[in-house]
Amino acid sequence: MAELAAVVGIGQTKYQTKRGDVSIAGLVREAAVNALKDSALTWDDIDAVIIGKAPDMFEGVVMPELYLTDALGCNGKPMLRVHTAGSVGGSTAIVAASYVQSGIFKRILTVTFEKQSESNAMWALSNPMPFSPHLNAGAGGYFAPIIREYMRRSKAPLDVGIKVAVKDRLHALKNPLAHLHIEDISEQKVAESMMLWDPLRLLEACPSSDGACAMVIAHEDLVGDSPKPPAWIRGTAMRSEPTMYAGREEVNPQAGQDCAADLYKQVGITNPRKEIDCAEIYVPFSWYEPMWLENLGFAEPGEGWKLTMDGVTALHDGGDTPWNCSGGVLSSNPIGASGMIRFAEAARQVRGDAGDHQVDGAKMAMGHAYGGGAQFFAMWMVSSDKP
Amino acid sequence: MRDIAIIAYAQSDCVADVGAVNEVELIMPLVQKVLADSGLKSVQNVDFTCSGSCDYQQGAAFAFVLGVDALGAVPPIKESHVEMDAAWALYEGWLKIQAGQAETALIYGFGKSSPGDLPIVLSKQLDPYYSAPLAPDSVSMAAMQARLMLEAGDITEEDMAQVVSHSRAMAKNNPHAQLKGDFSVEQLLAEPTYLSPLRKHDCCPVSDGASAIVMCTVEKAKELGKPYALIKGIDHRIESGHIGLRNLRESSSTKIAAEKAGVAKGKVEVAEIYTPFSHQEHLVKLALGLDDDCDINPSGGVLAGNLMMASGLSRIGEVAMRICNGEYKRGVAHITSGTCLQQNMVVVLEGAE
Repeated sequence: MAELAAVVGIGQTKYQTKRGDVSIAGLVREAAVNALKDSALTWDDIDAVIIGKAPDMFEGVVMPELYLTDALGCNGKPMLRVHTAGSVGGSTAIVAASYVQSGIFKRILTVTFEKQSESNAMWALSNPMPFSPHLNAGAGGYFAPIIREYMRRSKAPLDVGIKVAVKDRLHALKNPLAHLHIEDISEQKVAESMMLWDPLRLLEACPSSDGACAMVIAHEDLVGDSPKPPAWIRGTAMRSEPTMYAGREEVNPQAGQDCAADLYKQVGITNPRKEIDCAEIYVPFSWYEPMWLENLGFAEPGEGWKLTMDGVTALHDGGDTPWNCSGGVLSSNPIGASGMIRFAEAARQVRGDAGDHQVDGAKMAMGHAYGGGAQFFAMWMVSSDKP
Repeated sequence: MRDIAIIAYAQSDCVADVGAVNEVELIMPLVQKVLADSGLKSVQNVDFTCSGSCDYQQGAAFAFVLGVDALGAVPPIKESHVEMDAAWALYEGWLKIQAGQAETALIYGFGKSSPGDLPIVLSKQLDPYYSAPLAPDSVSMAAMQARLMLEAGDITEEDMAQVVSHSRAMAKNNPHAQLKGDFSVEQLLAEPTYLSPLRKHDCCPVSDGASAIVMCTVEKAKELGKPYALIKGIDHRIESGHIGLRNLRESSSTKIAAEKAGVAKGKVEVAEIYTPFSHQEHLVKLALGLDDDCDINPSGGVLAGNLMMASGLSRIGEVAMRICNGEYKRGVAHITSGTCLQQNMVVVLEGAE
């Protein structure tokens, strides 16, 4: 039986296009030190470091954790490096949780980062693979046709994506760490932005960011050592499926559905929209909000866009299920850290520590990440109440 | 902490260049073999799957994504990946089973190093601001370590040649080994140096291939009715990435891992040691505290074939299978990663009671 674990400290950097003031080591250390401060702990209190990031080609350093041991106070300790594509931030948090849930370790530091300004993510995501057609399209080019298919099936109005893009950027204005602070964001501004991959416009796509996110995860016995309220880890789930196979459902992937069902079962959730107070869901392109509303069971298939249009997911509209109150991936995207930011922001909400983007009385929050061709999923549920 | 069983292991041949065989084709036969050998038959009957690989070997982001194609992951499976030797994927699976989140785990590692120049690729592991621009390759770094040890009198060139001679002789019994045969110390020392003081044979070959393991709870192993070896202890530790900050004449992280894993709790009859360079065997043997009568690398070790990202998992599998077939009762597997033994794992394996 798994031991009970909780998030007792969270640290993030400011997200921005280029952090020229710090090295990669400086970037991860900044997030780690912030997490230690938040948990009122020191390096000596940490048993192991679990690190995650997306492809090494984003910085051009092979297995950068080998070089980051000094910066993360890890000499003489265990260090493990996770890499599961875009879902890696979430997977890393789940692996870190398992260090504690296994009963082997008591307190873990987990850190994820990306310093995308060191390279070009579009290039790194588009290099030719042997025996495969060269798309050279990046992630947006890959997902645009799938979004088109969602629009066809659901008969959603054409401005749903615009609505999401505005909503998440309005959320971001309440989060000082968010990369994009677009003061004059409006539906017109999004609609007039350059079309990148039809139907995705520039302002319907995530930015490319430098940044790091860290968490301290502790065994229930040690939760009292940290002054702020803990976020109890109620459930974790991961699912993978191949990128392509005959009959694969790409709009509403089975792996996402199964992963959510597994998570809800662990926590005892039967009606996610009602029982989950808020969620941080990986939405790198605007249309993925309605698509994931359906995939995760917040709405019936074909109905997700209606929640978006009705303001159900908007903090400023008083929606009952706010999604991505931090501004989400659409407002900050250091790829390797983006999943963990979702998990950490969910934890901030149930700790009552989310600042201006706090959802009043949030007790149960969900963190979500996906990667690859929407084939790798990682999710967790955190709560303010100890199970 | 509970004992966890290893019930199946398979490794491909170590070959210098598999040509047009891709990663999926490397992995698939091994996954199928361990699933068949374990009696689990299909990945759909496995609770958790985890792999280890490195994007830079393939020269493409997300090398592991295609690996999923080798599994049969429809319907979707619980799966994860480490950008490390697959021994750390096994560690992740071990934690999942410890936490009661899985009963069975499939672990695999793969690497196709032939398309690139591995020592240069590995030089990109160094500090990107100060060390990597100097492009010191992994062999040159190891040569500096060997020089340090020779000049300090820790070992002699004869000792190094003896390690190689032993490796090649042992590998004669390993159908998957790349380099094997009878080579005397005198013969080896007559060879010219490559990167002084290292001769070519002091360095592991570069190999393409993969390996896989199935592990599970003891209860599940009994239910499946297969012979199994028990993981009695496992730990991994890392040291500074700056070699100037480390004492390269010892392996402090191996020593800590050995203590935590409980190597000294019983007699170690056999050890598979992951030392890519001959001079390093001495360091690791000392750090593990092995007796002189312990059998070292009966498979030939990585000097006889080195599957980058899978060799560590293979060390665990080699010891486990020798325990399963009754050759030994207790053994140790050692795994390394990084420059000059920077990161190390130690696994203690025993036969079923």
